Amino acid sequence: MAEANVTRRDFLVKLAQGTSLAATGAFLWAHLLRQEARAQPYALRPPGALSELDFNAMCIKCGQCVTACPYDTLKLAPAGGGIPIGTPHFTPRKVPCYLCPDIPCMNACPTGALSPELKNINDSRMGLAVIDIENCLSWKGLRCEICHRECPLKGKAITLETHPRQLSKHAMFVPLVHSDACTGCGICERACPTQEAAIRILPHNLVQGKIGEHYRLGWTFETEITQDFKPAAPAAPAAPAEVPKQAPGMDYLNQGL
Amino acid sequence: MTSAANPSPRGLGVRLWSWRYFMLRRLSQFGILLLFFGTAHWGWQVAKDVPLLIGNLSASEFVGLFPMADPFATLQIFVTGHLLQQKVIIGALIVLAFYALVGGRVYCAWVCPVNLVTDLAGWLRQRFGIPAPTYLGRNTRYFVLAASLVLSALMGVAAFEWVSPIGMMQREIIFGFGLGFQALLAIFLFDLLILKHGWCGHLCPLGAFWSVVGRRTAQVRVRFDKTTCTHCGDCAKVCPEPQVLNLKRLEEVGYVYSGECSNCGRCTPVCPEGSLRFDLRPLIRRHNIEAGKGHEQ
Ligand code: SF4
Ligand code: SF4
Ligand code: SF4
Ligand code: SF4
Repeated sequence: MAEANVTRRDFLVKLAQGTSLAATGAFLWAHLLRQEARAQPYALRPPGALSELDFNAMCIKCGQCVTACPYDTLKLAPAGGGIPIGTPHFTPRKVPCYLCPDIPCMNACPTGALSPELKNINDSRMGLAVIDIENCLSWKGLRCEICHRECPLKGKAITLETHPRQLSKHAMFVPLVHSDACTGCGICERACPTQEAAIRILPHNLVQGKIGEHYRLGWTFETEITQDFKPAAPAAPAAPAEVPKQAPGMDYLNQGL
Repeated sequence: MTSAANPSPRGLGVRLWSWRYFMLRRLSQFGILLLFFGTAHWGWQVAKDVPLLIGNLSASEFVGLFPMADPFATLQIFVTGHLLQQKVIIGALIVLAFYALVGGRVYCAWVCPVNLVTDLAGWLRQRFGIPAPTYLGRNTRYFVLAASLVLSALMGVAAFEWVSPIGMMQREIIFGFGLGFQALLAIFLFDLLILKHGWCGHLCPLGAFWSVVGRRTAQVRVRFDKTTCTHCGDCAKVCPEPQVLNLKRLEEVGYVYSGECSNCGRCTPVCPEGSLRFDLRPLIRRHNIEAGKGHEQ
């Protein structure tokens, strides 16, 4: 009887030990996964990459995209590198993506983490170029404009705009990025001559805002004018305004001359 | 490794011969890594723009024709609820079919790079007689296997692939180094000081997966000849999974039937009677019947 009790207690203790070991292991494991997968919004992915969560789930970490890239742009993240382990990414300041028209990286991907729906490389959206106007040479009044000239989608993704200067009547030419055309290839970031690039590629979700549905931009063509915004019915015609006797440019200072 | 366990003075040729599977396994393990590395770094190709073996052990393509993929990794991605492209699924089926035929854990002994580390730890442990202070059931690995799939489904990423020391080791050898060696060092020390054959024999879910695959279908197995076996137990001393060499069961079945056997070939050269041999499963029964007859005569 006593013996049976001992073995039974042994068994229960073993069971409890096993269960807690398993639970500890599973919690640690889940924690590690959350750390790795969820907390890293900075990775720039190859062309055609799905949205970050889907990409993280789909990529099998095979590196075929890395080897297929003729420019050595892509790297597989090593363990402990701050980017989800084993997934491909690139650092434009080192090597940008040169936008191969035949998209070898995407074609090499066996899983579809780089989606074959991308037909035209110019439709890829790896990130968005952002200009630090406090450190951009053009915004200081120099004629740099290198990013604009290097941009493979010059005139669409980066345009040059005029901007008034403080001390001179000559305007400055400053670069402006347009998100509807910028692929995030990073050729501008690579080319920028400042010590630290004044133009950088960042993932869209880190830089792009969102207006929200409730703003109605009545002056754009797509926005429907709703009942609330319809102008009131025209009031009865007012008496015709008195026609000034003088041209409007003639102000009171000139009166009596 | 085997000669350390058997110190009788023998000629070099005989010694090398008894190491034949060990050398072939290392050749296979390093050779596969070399093919991947050469393709990634030196641009090895069979024709213009047709890389020799592109990718790594998770997924690859051989001479531009045969896709291959790790079926366990593919399964984990599948349970996250994502629709994979055909290429990786075909690749996973090809690899699955191959190991189902030659024996699932052939992957462990002949391909997996972590096996180099755990073999070294196991050898050092034996060499220096390091005692085994901990106990853990060998079926723990099947729990880890199940947990990989459950966690993949819950967390939405391939749970084992994201922490796998196997993945880290092979990626970092093929594509460049990071902190993955820390995980390997941990496994090495764990195997050396804490639990004998700890990682590969108790915990690794990929090893568990391959144990399940090919449990019934494997065609290459170690044949057991009960008429010559003297029950000396030398085989179980060198086997990293000694539970598969349960002599009583072997006498009934006639070969090492367990899926946990990795066809590493440690046991066959150490058996002094030559009772253990690699053989094709369909031929084993006939061989054993003939051996039985020969013995009776
Ligand atoms: S598009 Fe070309 S340059 Fe850009 S990542 Fe892909 S292979 Fe490399
Ligand atoms: S080829 Fe696809 S699955 Fe492989 S590492 Fe690149 S993105 Fe991931
Ligand atoms: S290359 Fe750099 S410094 Fe020159 S205009 Fe572009 S962002 Fe400014
Ligand atoms: S048990 Fe796991 S780590 Fe060990 S050889 Fe097999 S797959 Fe590799």
